[in-house]
Amino acid sequence: MIEMRPQDIHACIVRIEGTNNEDEMYRAFKNVGATPHLVHLNELKTLDPYQCIMIPGGFSAGDYVRAGAIFASRIRSRLFDELLDFVDHGYPVGGICNGFQVLVELGLLPGDGEPGEVTACLAENDSARFECRHSLLLRTPSNPCAFTSRLPEGERLMVPSAHAEGKLLLAGGIRAYKRIEERGQVLFKYVNYANETEAPYPWNPNGSPHNIAGICNEKGNVFGMMPHPERAFDIENENGYAGRTLFESLIRYIGETF
Amino acid sequence: MEKEVTVTIGLKKGISDPEGKNVTKALSLLGFSSVKDVTVNKRYVITLDVESEEQIEQSVREMTEKLLANPVIHHYDIAW
Repeated sequence: MIEMRPQDIHACIVRIEGTNNEDEMYRAFKNVGATPHLVHLNELKTLDPYQCIMIPGGFSAGDYVRAGAIFASRIRSRLFDELLDFVDHGYPVGGICNGFQVLVELGLLPGDGEPGEVTACLAENDSARFECRHSLLLRTPSNPCAFTSRLPEGERLMVPSAHAEGKLLLAGGIRAYKRIEERGQVLFKYVNYANETEAPYPWNPNGSPHNIAGICNEKGNVFGMMPHPERAFDIENENGYAGRTLFESLIRYIGETF
Repeated sequence: MEKEVTVTIGLKKGISDPEGKNVTKALSLLGFSSVKDVTVNKRYVITLDVESEEQIEQSVREMTEKLLANPVIHHYDIAW
């Protein structure tokens, strides 16, 4: 089987008014050799041309109602069935920060309910503040995920966080957290230099139970995280290169799978 | 007929309310020693054009569950 060349991989970065990390996301895909496209949701008629859909960070629709809720409802009204098919076929769909909130509001993460059923929430940070600093993330043992396959378990990344609503609350409480851990859906946890996965604030910037920073669906092709790997990619943003491996993983996954 | 409907969204019991806690603290710093707790709710006032009152409950409930509230953390009340 011939692997897809990176330049033949078309990643759709979906923006609406208020998203503001699409440029970093665009550069991240460009820097790993893929072909990114910045597309406004209103102009997105079909997902057919793309092998990957990414929802960037920002304050989509002014974060009105709840962070990500309006962006999610606009996707639901137009492209939701096609997006579910896209996911069913194994194509990757990712969300960073506000994008993660959108995927949660769409019911795609953690993805343990009926299609479209919302079973989680990214709630207000315990500090009641916008938390903006670097986070130390531990790559936890998890299912093969499109976004982390090239990042060894136990590896640590220093990646910027910048959010006001990042506390992952799951319907079903303790059992639900146990379930996503057992199913290998937890990708990243906030840790301190001693690798403690219960490290308190400010290591855990939002009070997320079990220090969860990023998760995927059970199949591993839908993923979301609060910190910004696309901002840790380039000498120009002075945040290092820790995020590069995640985008390389994604390109490798698509190249090998489709 | 036009009807004004109020939807109040609040956090379910047991869900922490950092904004409420901050307001509690600020009020206490301002000297309001009688304040024991504050919870923050959000209220939407929706004007509907409906044929009958029976339509209101179902359609507003649907709006609330689809957009205004996240069932994991919120409870809501509908009144008109």
